[in-house]
Amino acid sequence: MSEHVDIDKQVRIYVTVFVSLFVLTIVTVAVSYLDVSVPVALTIGLFIATVKGSLVACFFMHLIDEKKIVYWTLALTVAFFIALMALPLLTSVADQVGEFAEVEAHEPH
Amino acid sequence: MEIPYTVEAHPETGLNNGKIGIWLFLTSEVMLFGALFATFIMLRIGSDGNWAAMQAEAELNIPLATLNTAVLIASSLTMVMAWASLMRGQLGRFKLFGWATVGCGGIFLVIKYFEYTAKFEHHHYPESNTFLAIYFAMTGLHALHVIGGMAWNAYFTGPGSKLFHTNRQWLTDRVEHSGLFWHFVDLVWIFLFPVFYLL
Repeated sequence: MSEHVDIDKQVRIYVTVFVSLFVLTIVTVAVSYLDVSVPVALTIGLFIATVKGSLVACFFMHLIDEKKIVYWTLALTVAFFIALMALPLLTSVADQVGEFAEVEAHEPH
Repeated sequence: MEIPYTVEAHPETGLNNGKIGIWLFLTSEVMLFGALFATFIMLRIGSDGNWAAMQAEAELNIPLATLNTAVLIASSLTMVMAWASLMRGQLGRFKLFGWATVGCGGIFLVIKYFEYTAKFEHHHYPESNTFLAIYFAMTGLHALHVIGGMAWNAYFTGPGSKLFHTNRQWLTDRVEHSGLFWHFVDLVWIFLFPVFYLL
């Protein structure tokens, strides 16, 4: 957070973010009752959670106005985080490819 | 010997010691929870379509979890208001918002206690099924973070607030840093809530 801040403006932003988070929480719950497939529900739910998380990070955690070294540190963390999330998905894909190859090998030509 | 850059920014980074320290700590926290989220994905993918059945069997209380989400969001507002009060030089209001933040953390834990005891009464334990195992692991770790954040905030709102009279900027910075941790705890819950209760 930079040293010279208009604190009254900041407080107005905080209240707006709080109201937005509250409304988005209600939307998250409401959307979960929609009759949609699991992948669609997951996509919508995680999209809303990401918007809420971004609001918290940008405004409550002051990331919208931070020093470059914080951004670089977080960028590195995000890269490792994505790799960590991708590992189980890659394992799953590798398993499916393996099973497919096994079936192909046993099929009579 | 005086430790340099406790309040003033380091010329290389533009940040003081506390700020760089808390961000490095939070990056390690991202990887800690990230490992558990990766485990969650793996368990869900590998559940052979039994996930929904295990989730239904766990009978998680969505209204209570929604209330807990609202409580944590409210605590994030009181946290930034505590910091803003210090920026304005208002010690009384800082203490009011500081204790409100600690109080919200307490309400969150009480609700969580009721949720957990309801599970135990129905003989739902971590060993009952894969869903409950990861549910208790992740929400339990999160609850420990809430306790840690409450202790941290209680110290600065209580005995630690004496610093206001001798070095106001240092106290303001320290509260900003404890706030960063508190908001991170809120952020983790924002993802835990839909992942376990709704999806």
